[in-house]
Amino acid sequence: MSQTQPTVNPFAEMQAGRPTGPLVQGYEVIIGFETHTQLTTQSKIFSRASTAFGAEPNTQASAVDFALPGALPVMNKGAVQRAIEFGLAVNAHIAEQSVFARKNYFYPDLPKGYQISQFEIPVVQGGSVEFFVDGKPHTVRLVRAHLEEDAGKSLHEDFIGMSGIDLNRAGTPLLEIVTEPDMRSSAEAVAYAKELHKIVTWIGICDGNMQEGSFRCDANVSVRKPGAELGTRREIKNLNSFKFMQQAIDYEVRWQIEQIEDGRTVQQATVLFDPDTGETRSMRTKEDAADYRYFPDPDLPPLVIGRDWVEKTRSEMSELPRVMAARFVADYGLPEYDAGQLTQSKATAAYFEAVAAASKQAKLASNWVMGELSRRLNSEERSIETSTVSPAQLAALIVRITDGTISNNAAKQVFDALWTGDGQDVDALIEAKGLKQMSDTGELEKIIDDVLAANAKNVEEVRAGNAKAMNALVGQAMKATKGKANPAQVNELLKKKLG
Amino acid sequence: MSSMKSSPDLHDLGVAQLAAKLAAREVSSVEATQHFLARIAQDKLGAFLATNADVSLAQAKAADARLAAGERTPLLGVPLAHKDVFVTRDFPTTAGSKMLENYRSPFDATVVKNLGLEGAGMVTLGKLNCDEFAMGSGNDNSAYKPVKNPWDLERIPGGSSGGSAAAVAARLAPAATGTDTGGSIRQPASLTGITGIKPTYGCCSRYGMVAFASSLDQAGPMARSALDCALLLSSMAGPDPDRDSTSLDLPVIDYATDLIAVGQDSTRAMPLKGLRIGLPTQFFGAGCSPDVLAAVRGALAEYEKLGATLVDVSLPLTELSIPVYYVIAPAEASSNLSRFDGVRYGHRAANYTDLNDMYKKSRSEGFGDEATRRIMIGTYVLSHGYYDAYYLKAQKIRRLIAQDFQTAFTQCDIIAGPVSPTVAWKIGEKSDDPVANYLADIYTLSSSLAGLPGMSVPAGFGAGGMPVGLQLIGNYFKEAQLLSAAHQFQLATDWHLRQPPSL
Amino acid sequence: MALTPQDIARVANLARLELRPDETEHTLAQLNGFFALVEQMEAVNTEGVEPLAHPAAVIGDIALRLREDIASEPNQRDASQVSAPAVERGLFLVPKVIE
Repeated sequence: MSQTQPTVNPFAEMQAGRPTGPLVQGYEVIIGFETHTQLTTQSKIFSRASTAFGAEPNTQASAVDFALPGALPVMNKGAVQRAIEFGLAVNAHIAEQSVFARKNYFYPDLPKGYQISQFEIPVVQGGSVEFFVDGKPHTVRLVRAHLEEDAGKSLHEDFIGMSGIDLNRAGTPLLEIVTEPDMRSSAEAVAYAKELHKIVTWIGICDGNMQEGSFRCDANVSVRKPGAELGTRREIKNLNSFKFMQQAIDYEVRWQIEQIEDGRTVQQATVLFDPDTGETRSMRTKEDAADYRYFPDPDLPPLVIGRDWVEKTRSEMSELPRVMAARFVADYGLPEYDAGQLTQSKATAAYFEAVAAASKQAKLASNWVMGELSRRLNSEERSIETSTVSPAQLAALIVRITDGTISNNAAKQVFDALWTGDGQDVDALIEAKGLKQMSDTGELEKIIDDVLAANAKNVEEVRAGNAKAMNALVGQAMKATKGKANPAQVNELLKKKLG
Repeated sequence: MSSMKSSPDLHDLGVAQLAAKLAAREVSSVEATQHFLARIAQDKLGAFLATNADVSLAQAKAADARLAAGERTPLLGVPLAHKDVFVTRDFPTTAGSKMLENYRSPFDATVVKNLGLEGAGMVTLGKLNCDEFAMGSGNDNSAYKPVKNPWDLERIPGGSSGGSAAAVAARLAPAATGTDTGGSIRQPASLTGITGIKPTYGCCSRYGMVAFASSLDQAGPMARSALDCALLLSSMAGPDPDRDSTSLDLPVIDYATDLIAVGQDSTRAMPLKGLRIGLPTQFFGAGCSPDVLAAVRGALAEYEKLGATLVDVSLPLTELSIPVYYVIAPAEASSNLSRFDGVRYGHRAANYTDLNDMYKKSRSEGFGDEATRRIMIGTYVLSHGYYDAYYLKAQKIRRLIAQDFQTAFTQCDIIAGPVSPTVAWKIGEKSDDPVANYLADIYTLSSSLAGLPGMSVPAGFGAGGMPVGLQLIGNYFKEAQLLSAAHQFQLATDWHLRQPPSL
Repeated sequence: MALTPQDIARVANLARLELRPDETEHTLAQLNGFFALVEQMEAVNTEGVEPLAHPAAVIGDIALRLREDIASEPNQRDASQVSAPAVERGLFLVPKVIE
């Protein structure tokens, strides 16, 4: 019998009224997440050793981390501060008093033979995360988030029949974030994970580096026929890439359904995803159904967080992504989707706002940031902070589109040049490349008259109501102006002339 | 009758007297240290587990240099020894266990630091034998050798600080550090006729004390007088906020100056007038042997002469303190001892098939019977399905026990009674019956559970001429009051000056 | 309530202890004797009583002390590994951990 986290309410009650997701082979998929986020403190949660990544083995460990006889834990204020910030970011309750408990089990990367964690009374209680999947809003409720210490690392290569234990990571502060089993598809689960990732990196409590293990997800997955009893869940551990996350869950779901369809039962198990085979497989069980023998740690009095600390933190926190997105919708009139995309990171949002302010064209600014700029950044795997096109430059470019100086297509050429560093100034580039749109209506009218004269058959068809023929005329006109005409203007003039 | 020598040997001097001689440059720290090391080399009691003359003499030389330079602090240059559960850089630390044979700590316990050259300037003579991981009441659970009571070499000295008590009683050291979880300072002090005090929980730092039961362990001094204990406690105690989260944030107190002043003014009649001493009826019942009760009552009569009033109080949960303690302490211990897994230090089995086998063999080979038993008990009472009925229940009764003491303290200032139901028993007498050992802790467990300070003061003799100690229990942070009451008693009596006949 | 040999085996496994068969019997007898003592706790009425996890809590309100987030511990690998049973290239060696 395992000692699992206590659930706040019976599953059925909490899940009543929640929409079912897309069925897989007739089965409903139920997913809950536990995410371990490494906090961005300088020192460890209970010791003053450094948390910096990549040091030589066991050079960032103190007596406390080595669990030497007589060593004792002392709590890092920075870890608590970050827990409070997270709680506020997800609208959770910050406990006035929370308790640290020992989770007892034997493993070489767990030097004390127990992990200091929180069991019955965690520091953050409740809360929720909101995000979109295919344009539809979703809310995933959090049960809790609690502080605990990370374990060390086992290295298996290079040692024949042995493993090498490095305790540099042991004691790094973690915030474990637990959801209700509210997710109904792998897509929703990944969207949740991405939103959570955004939140913790946005507020700066976690660096979000999944390759270095800063953000690790465990997915609890089960299936059931709609309306039936909850199925037995299996836990997929250590998902640290969004791509593999979806693959792993999808495989696990199909595997579980296959088991059931074949008349077998799904046993509770912990599984690992193998990215090479694309399969999940059961881990060797560590001990008889994990009896962790939790009890309050006698070395640590209760953690007390006064309301003034919470309020001070609240007042000092920068605008949260959800709030900012709502503001973008309200103040800039942007669609929710745009607002969501632009608030992926503080840097992106700041960039957008700078462009919007300078150009006074919020929608265009949004299109360019989400479009051209994003494409470039992604293809070169760069962050927006390293963009070679500054907000001022982009704003200037947008102004030239809006005032009709250049067409959208021409603008892309200017952008290219700015990006590669071919030029710095928008107007100078427009000149140099001769991209100015034709603005002289007189000249344009003349060209259009010529086009109309040369395409009498099309003119007939347009008059007969054929829209495609109109496009062809526009195309001819654009060709004749070597693309310098403003297509909208051309359209307008053609219509006028055709009557 | 105390021995009548015209000039006492160095080892007959208490800490205060020795400190005075050092300050007066009548004797050097090196001489004093050599004197004790020579005696230790002859030790037949099994009190010491480790000595290192080079280290001790180097410390003594350094202390002498400071004395020569004019430095005068109360303990400078005085030698002492440490119970082997305090980690030390300069000596191995075993905690009385094979699990830690030859273990060398890279840091010193805070208590060791406070008393050593970086603090009070004392000289370390070596590490003292104790029951394995401080678990036991007879020092017959040491993995190395049993300790003998200097008053009768066939009897136990008490435990778990048996080596500390024997060393002080046999004048192998003027003082020693001990630790008390359920009585492990008070009981051996009582059984060997010396003075010891366990201060309020949180008074001394636990950083560097090999953990047994975290919510109960406390360090304390053991010496031959309350005054000596006061001198040591002044340096041992103090907040350690950087290292121990359970160390209390209290001002550092000088426990000795007041006692010294009182000592010089011993003309006051009835110096303890106004002091109400509570006697729990449960401490004076049939469970206590008559010879012990007689000695204790004799001591209490002396207290009345000094002006104290005796009142009856009740601690109704006294008997329950045994199961409560023996659920909580092993539970915490079972977790604290999990770090001994053969991975980073300590004993690792020579032969094993895989990781789990390595764990099992290393731990089974490294731990003795009592430690194994307590780990089993502790693991069981924390395990799924039993936690509520055992561990949680015990912690609730613990609160009731603490409340009972508060009720009693509305009627008295200090609680007094025996420390142990009997005098020291013969080595091996109780080895086969661990429960019998547990039952003998009845008078000390409840104050440990409540976190209250407690002392043992030599009060006379019982069966077979064996020492009997009087226990004094104070309210929170009343160490000064306890030491003062003990000191007054010691000014008026000479039990604490008696020497074992074997010396 | 009496313990069975299965209980002993389960507890020994959780605690990573190995008891020889004769030891198991002996331990069983001793533990059962011990638990007869522990049963006495049932007689005490503890309704509404909060467990006392920290003795200092009786004295007054205690709160966990928090330290500033400063990484001040230096590299102390050598001194800390001086008593290590098996070390290579700074890593503690153990029998291979299979996941």
